[in-house]
Amino acid sequence: MTAVVELNQVTKKYPGGVAALRGVDLRVAHGELLAIVGPSGSGKSTLLHIVGTLDRPTAGTVAIAGHDVATLSDRRLSALRARHIGFVFQSFHLVAGASAQDNVAEGLLYSGLTRAGRRKRAAEALERVGLADRMHHRPHELSGGQRQRVAIARAVVGEPDLLLADEPTGALDSASGETVVQLLHDLNADGATIAVITHDSEIAGALPRQVRIRDGRVVEDTRAKPPKPTGPTGPTGPTGPTGPTGNEEQCQATD
Amino acid sequence: MPSDRLTPARLRPRDVLHVGSAGLRNRPMRVVLSALGIAIGIATMIAVVGISASSKTQLLRQLDELGTNMLKVAPGEDLFNGGTAKLPEQAPGMISRIAGVEHVGATGDLKPTVRRSEKIPESDTGGLAVKAAGEDLLKALRGTVGVGTWLNDANGRYPSVVLGNVAAERLGITTPGQQVLIGKRYFTVIGILDPLPLAPEIERSALVGWKAASTLLDFDGHPTQIYERSSDASVDTVHKLLARTAAPENPQNVKVSSPSAALQAKAATEGAFDNLLLGLGGVALLVGGVGVANTMIISVLERRHEIGLRRSLGATRGQIRIQFVTESLLLSGLGGLAGVVLGSAATYVFAVSGGMPWVVPPWAVGGGFAATLLIGSVAGLYPAVRAARLSPTLALQAG
Repeated sequence: MTAVVELNQVTKKYPGGVAALRGVDLRVAHGELLAIVGPSGSGKSTLLHIVGTLDRPTAGTVAIAGHDVATLSDRRLSALRARHIGFVFQSFHLVAGASAQDNVAEGLLYSGLTRAGRRKRAAEALERVGLADRMHHRPHELSGGQRQRVAIARAVVGEPDLLLADEPTGALDSASGETVVQLLHDLNADGATIAVITHDSEIAGALPRQVRIRDGRVVEDTRAKPPKPTGPTGPTGPTGPTGPTGNEEQCQATD
Repeated sequence: MPSDRLTPARLRPRDVLHVGSAGLRNRPMRVVLSALGIAIGIATMIAVVGISASSKTQLLRQLDELGTNMLKVAPGEDLFNGGTAKLPEQAPGMISRIAGVEHVGATGDLKPTVRRSEKIPESDTGGLAVKAAGEDLLKALRGTVGVGTWLNDANGRYPSVVLGNVAAERLGITTPGQQVLIGKRYFTVIGILDPLPLAPEIERSALVGWKAASTLLDFDGHPTQIYERSSDASVDTVHKLLARTAAPENPQNVKVSSPSAALQAKAATEGAFDNLLLGLGGVALLVGGVGVANTMIISVLERRHEIGLRRSLGATRGQIRIQFVTESLLLSGLGGLAGVVLGSAATYVFAVSGGMPWVVPPWAVGGGFAATLLIGSVAGLYPAVRAARLSPTLALQAG
């Protein structure tokens, strides 16, 4: 069916003549877990911004969840981000004074839900990332790994079609990094489509698909053949309702 | 099931308030300091308006108490013979027969001076006058006796004297029974009057009974001032008749005045000199507004990450804009609120210490608050527009 992400000959030139992307083709199907790998300066951050609709390409077409980005106004792009895309940042970007639950609820602020509804779903999302007992902790009372899991909960609380994680383990020690990577795997097993942007080949290697970027071009796109034996449907299977509810109990154990 | 209609959800008013106040809650000290300018401006304006309104109310209340229905008759210039004319002896009696007149009180100026004792030279009058006073004078003036008694038919024949409050103070008399020297004779003080705002000349007088004045002090019996009190409805008609009634042969020699008119004029002009202070408050308010704008610009610079994050979470430019305008409105609104409280408190202190009623006009409070909100939205608009224009990618990159 329709891909979550479809880039066609995407080029991005910055004022001053620097070309960050030079004709990138990329297609991400529902339920995929992929890494976009490249050294710094390779254009992967620009790619993240383009895929995340935070920026528009100079040339080429971008379609996210079936919407052609070029035809959308800034307002509609905002709505697209609110409904279809979740972001996870290297430096978490949590609100310092607010509890974990409120931070996660902030992810639904622009969705039109009531405050009570947002908080309820935030609690569920925190449970999903294994932080049910940290609901009322503030960011400074949490470890780095826990903070990143709060940020991930915030990104997935709206059940977006696409989760974009920008160096999610970049600010973490290796143990916390592993739990975060494991969490991403678990979320993917539940049906989430996740793209991890990283410069770390080791992390990328643990993911089923790796897209290597260099000098603004896709130089390699490899898939591990036996991706996941536990998936109820294939990675490119028909688009079912996102966020199945049946499997949520399983991932609570990961803490 | 991606719906094809990508319309951003509206922020609920409560959420707008929540988002707009988040920045303030995290930096209470900055909120206090930047709201202070607005608070000072509003407080100045409220206090200026409140204090003048309080003293105006005080004046009007006083006027109410004293009444505006008293007229004063005095002899004017004698147009034919030169010098000061004289009112006929019968004038008070004739005035009291005009329809609507309730009380008529007369005084007649006397030549002798009043002194504490013989040791004080005769020329040292201390600005005090000696007057003969009719019995009805106190009623016509609506005056009251502070201590002692007023002149009556009995004590008015003997060397007894009632002092106005200023006269008593200058002579050093505090209780009845003491004696003062009038001309060459000692008079016993039988009473001291309370202040008389409508007749300050009586406050500065020693009043002797009409009869005693003619027998002991060579009074010729011609009144020099007649105070007349009529019903409110008949003030105008009485006013027209007074001159002709007081001196039917020479009505042109009679001056009729309304002592309360001066107080009324004072009440009307109260507040006329406030413009300068009000302007000062306006300048403070403006400076406060600049302070708020400054704070907002810094707030936007500091919170670029947050703006980027919110954009990535799906906030539209409009929603970012309204967040910062709300923050600015809250900031100046808080200042305005503090200013209203401060200004009202200052007015209260001033009014209570001056024995006035405490009045803060609602229009001043409303106007001050409206000015605050106007300043808040103007000060917040530019930073908010800047915040909304910020590219989400740049906002997220910094740091």
